[in-house]
Amino acid sequence: MTSISNLASMRRMVEQLKLEASVERMKVSQAAAELQQYCLQNAGRDALLVGVPTGSNPFREPRSCTVV
Amino acid sequence: MCDQTFVAATFGPCESCDKASPLMNIYIKTEAINYCSFCVEKMACQGLQAGESLASLKRESESLKKKLDEERNKLNDVELNKVAEKVEVLSALAIKTRRVLKGHNNKVLNMDWCKDKRRMVSSSQEHGVSLPCTWVMACAYAPSGCAVACGGLDNRCSVFPLSMDPNENLAAKRKAVAMHTNYVSGCTFTNSDMQLLTSSGDGTCALWDVESGQLLQSFHGHTADVLSLDLAPSETGNTFVSGGCDKKANVWDMRSGQNIQSFESHQSDINCVKYYPSGDAFASASDDGTCRFYDLRADREVAVYEKDSVIFGASSVDFSLSGRLLFAGYNDYTINVWDVLKGSRVAALFGHENRISRVRVSPDGTALCSASWDNTLRVWA
Repeated sequence: MTSISNLASMRRMVEQLKLEASVERMKVSQAAAELQQYCLQNAGRDALLVGVPTGSNPFREPRSCTVV
Repeated sequence: MCDQTFVAATFGPCESCDKASPLMNIYIKTEAINYCSFCVEKMACQGLQAGESLASLKRESESLKKKLDEERNKLNDVELNKVAEKVEVLSALAIKTRRVLKGHNNKVLNMDWCKDKRRMVSSSQEHGVSLPCTWVMACAYAPSGCAVACGGLDNRCSVFPLSMDPNENLAAKRKAVAMHTNYVSGCTFTNSDMQLLTSSGDGTCALWDVESGQLLQSFHGHTADVLSLDLAPSETGNTFVSGGCDKKANVWDMRSGQNIQSFESHQSDINCVKYYPSGDAFASASDDGTCRFYDLRADREVAVYEKDSVIFGASSVDFSLSGRLLFAGYNDYTINVWDVLKGSRVAALFGHENRISRVRVSPDGTALCSASWDNTLRVWA
C-alpha cells in the first residue's frame, strides 16, 4: 500500500469515527424497556409463541407441498 | 470550474475520495496513484495539512475509538435480561416439523418466503434455475411475488420474472442486474420490485435499479467479505444492516451511502444479520457459536445468546413475529430457540441431518422454514 493511500484511508477512518462518536444515544434501561414493551404488545399475535387454535394453522393439516 | 477532458484508462472508486469516477493513472516515485482528477488537483495544491502525519492520525483514531467505547459504556446502566426479569417465563413451545420438502438434489443454501405466506423460493448448490454457476448463495422474493432474484459465485444477481406456466423457460427471461467483483452472498428487494440491494465477497454492498441494471449507490466500509444483509422493516426506513468476515456489523443509510453505526463484538465471521421486528435493534449469528443482540438507539450490544454446550458456528437467525423468540440455525444440525429478553434457550429443534444454512419465519409468523445441507427444507409450526 502506498503511503499516500494509507494516509487517505486513515483520514477516512478518523472521519468515520468522529461521525460514530457523535451519534445520539439512549440509555440501555430505556431501550430495553421499549424492546420488552414491543414483545409483550405483540405476543398475542405471535403464532409460534402462543400457538393458534388447531384448525386455523394451515401448516398443521397434513397436506403436501408442490414444487412450482 | 471548467470541464476537463482527458483519456481515462480506468473507472472505479477513487483512492482518496472514494467516489466512483474516471481515474487518472499517475505515478509518484514509481508508485501508482489512482485518484479522480479532482483529488489529483487537491493533492498537488494542498499536500499535507500542517502537522498531519500518519502517526498523528493513528493517535487520533485510537483516542476516538476509546472515546466511543466510553460514551457507549456510560449509558449501559442495566442489562436487558435484568429489565426482563419481571416478564413471565415462557411455557414450553409446541413446535414440530410439519413438512419436509425434498425437491433439491444438493445442499440447500438459502430460502425466502413470498409475502403471500404460502410460497417460497430456495436456492441450492446445483443448476436449479439454470444459473451459469454452481453455488447459488442468495435468493429473494420480490414484494409483489412476481419475481425472484438470485445470485452467487457468478458474481452477479439476476432477476427472474415468475410464471405459473410449467413449460415456460424461466432462464430465457432472466435479467442480470447486479455485478460485483466477487461472489454475491445476499440479496433483497427494497420496498418495491424496482430496486435490489446486494452484498458481496468483494467487501461492498450495492443498491441497483432492476430495470436498467444501473448502480444507484455503493456502500464501502467492510474490510472483508460481506456475508449477509437485512433491510430495516419500516415503510419509510432507509437503512439496512450488513455483517461480514471482518466481525463487524454495519448500519448504512441507503440514500447517502454513509455507514452510520458499526458494532464489533463478535470473535469471528458474522454469517447472518436480521432486524428486530420493530426496527430498533438487530441480531447477528456468528462462527464463534454465539448470537448477539444490538440495540440501535443505545448503540451497543445488549445481549449474547450462548451456551457452553453450543460450540458450533451459527449460520442464520430470524425473529418470531413479536420478537420474543430468536430462531438460530447452527452447523451442528440443530436450531436453537432463544428467549430474546431473558437470554435463555427455550427449545432446541432437531430433525435435519446436516448443517442448517438458513432459517426464516413466514411473513405472518405462523411457521418457521429451515434450509439445510441435507438437501431438504423443513417447515416447523
